Amino acid sequence: MNINVLIVGVGGQGTLLASRILGKIAENDGSDCKLSEVHGMAQRGGSVVTHVKAAEKVLSPIISEGDADVVLAFEQLEALRYINYLKRDGTVIVNSQKILPMPVITGAEFYPENVTDVLKKECRFVIEVPALEIAESAGNAKTVNTVMLGVLAKTVGLPYEEVKKAVIETVPEKVRNVNLEAFEKGYNFK
Amino acid sequence: MKKLMLGNEAVARGAYEAGVTVATAYPGTPSTEITENIARYDEIYAEWSPNEKVAMEVAYGAAVAGARSIVSMKHVGLNVAADPLFSAAYAGVNGGMVIVVADDPAMHSSQNEQDSRYYAVSAHVPMLEPSDSEEAKEFVKEAFVLSEKYDTPVFLRTTTRLAHSQSFVELCDRADVSVKKYEKDITKYTLMPSTAKIRHIAVEKRENELKLDIENSPLNFIREGDKKIGVVTSGVVYQYVREALPDASVFKLGCVYPLPVEKIRKFAESIGKLIVVEELEPVIENALKANGIPCEGKKYFGVQGELSVGRIKTALSGESFSDKNNVVNVPVRPPVMCAGCPHRGVFYVLKKLGCRVISDIGCYTLGAQSPLSAVDTVLCMGASLGMAQGFEHALGRENTKNVVAVIGDSTFIHSGITGLIDAVYNKTALTLVILDNSTTGMTGHQEHPATGKTIKGEDTYALNLEDAVKASGVNFVETVDAYDMKAVEKAIKEACSYDGVSVVIAKRPCALKIRLAEKPYEIRDCKKCGKCLKIGCPAIQKNPDGSACIRHELCVGCGVCRDMCAFGAIVKE
Repeated sequence: MNINVLIVGVGGQGTLLASRILGKIAENDGSDCKLSEVHGMAQRGGSVVTHVKAAEKVLSPIISEGDADVVLAFEQLEALRYINYLKRDGTVIVNSQKILPMPVITGAEFYPENVTDVLKKECRFVIEVPALEIAESAGNAKTVNTVMLGVLAKTVGLPYEEVKKAVIETVPEKVRNVNLEAFEKGYNFK
Repeated sequence: MKKLMLGNEAVARGAYEAGVTVATAYPGTPSTEITENIARYDEIYAEWSPNEKVAMEVAYGAAVAGARSIVSMKHVGLNVAADPLFSAAYAGVNGGMVIVVADDPAMHSSQNEQDSRYYAVSAHVPMLEPSDSEEAKEFVKEAFVLSEKYDTPVFLRTTTRLAHSQSFVELCDRADVSVKKYEKDITKYTLMPSTAKIRHIAVEKRENELKLDIENSPLNFIREGDKKIGVVTSGVVYQYVREALPDASVFKLGCVYPLPVEKIRKFAESIGKLIVVEELEPVIENALKANGIPCEGKKYFGVQGELSVGRIKTALSGESFSDKNNVVNVPVRPPVMCAGCPHRGVFYVLKKLGCRVISDIGCYTLGAQSPLSAVDTVLCMGASLGMAQGFEHALGRENTKNVVAVIGDSTFIHSGITGLIDAVYNKTALTLVILDNSTTGMTGHQEHPATGKTIKGEDTYALNLEDAVKASGVNFVETVDAYDMKAVEKAIKEACSYDGVSVVIAKRPCALKIRLAEKPYEIRDCKKCGKCLKIGCPAIQKNPDGSACIRHELCVGCGVCRDMCAFGAIVKE
């Protein structure tokens, strides 16, 4: 595997699990890999960002600005926030879900309109995914992360069987089947 | 076997492989997962101590008795443990002892950005700094070797990006290390002026020997490259440097105290310009300058925040490396109290009553955020009780009846209780609210002395906070349900008007730990008054037409918002 993926979202959306599955793929195929996570205060509903880097040799665990092949955004606003990390011809995969931050709820700030249009103006490749709906149809709203992983796998050409194997090895047994279902639906999303 | 591991998990593995038998800590981001992972090894006794000072003392006692021990804490925790640290450096060890300290450049989850390397300098304790998980594991083992060879505790310093990044680690077997024989030696372990003078001489001697040893240690190495620029660096920043300046000659430090000064001097003489790339304070830069080695560093990088590949490139070349800066004004998304958080209603009441809230360190620090905006001060662990008393002594009782100290259960045990004893002893009319959510919340739900469980999940005695407060001499103690806003308000009003020390315990388990089996609420026929939005619950959102709605997938049914609505519009689904 040779890829830089920046996974962004809101604390509680499961960005850590998605990055750990990607780490598992690297572990299985023998690539070098580094993951950088967020713990602690930011996790309490704040903006979270997880870096996944896989290559023959990885140095910095943090992706540099302008160096992500893919920004995998679990929430629209977060896609915008981290768009400066994307490579010139990189791909944004964005969940169409909106989660209002507290300053927007209180009326101190406004949620920008037409986020996807702004993204499309800035980036050549934008894939919008109704991941919450797909996750719910798979049977669990919390599987947004594996839906997004499925779309990512298809988009960047990660081998289906290897990703599936990594999901099985990473996800706890009691939610394994629903996550596999969600992954499948994400993988087949058009 | 190779395994992806967090830096913290790798430190734990290093402790296991080094034959450690005693591990202690108080939770603190970014160090918490070290001891959580150590606790999974049956061969190691592990504990959550009430605070870092006790953790340091337990680990030190174990080392003096002959075992290999490890204690872990975040940077500010080392301030709490500094008293035993400085003297332990004098008395030395028997079995090896490693102190892991995790700095947090950029303050991802901290109240300051202090540089713990200064502790190594001032306590004369060697400090190793790994640059990835594999080194983290191996350096722990090396630290034990140095500790026993030079009769001193040894620091392992990490930073957030090391602690919370995963990289591959090669697993090794656990070393067979037996507990060393303890022999009474009052000239070593009994520090008093006469013995400490002898020990101070011993500290200087062992450090001089260690300095010679470190000059040739493989912990520090040179990566040959272009001779125009030479970089001295350490820790995870080494990885950034290699990516930012792939052709430069790099002097990579594994040991950041003491420095291999002569080896660096030779390196400096072999290259054009020497640049020190380090986060936070100019510790290495100043040391090199003091030794007459010309170098530059902070003039490019400053002392604020974290470094990165981009920041190093930009600082040295002046170019920017992204074409998509500030696409659109993106609203900030600060962390918030979770839906159902038992602290929310308490802060709403404190604000409503116009209280001056002297808060403390924990999830409830978030009570400072809009829209609650209920907090006046936050300083450090346990400071709320002392500071609230300071307000009274400065302004007089009649002007401070609305001053309320607020602290969590874990933080109260950590270092709040001594402030309470002070208030009773010195007849200060302190009002204290203990937010008892029965866990150490912010760091991810660790047990503590009042939860009834050890780190290994065993049942144990649960300290009763009400009894502890009463035993400190407090006569006004009232325990209320944190979700019951009317009861909370009544108790705080009474406490504030009480002439003496008064304590309200607002009790409810953390909403993330024990999820209520309640149905979510919904809003029917909203009158758009906006009052429910004032409690800052992330499950309540405003519709474009100004009405409020509840996101059913987030609502845990705590009912705090129901009590806010004057129209009875918030009802169960």
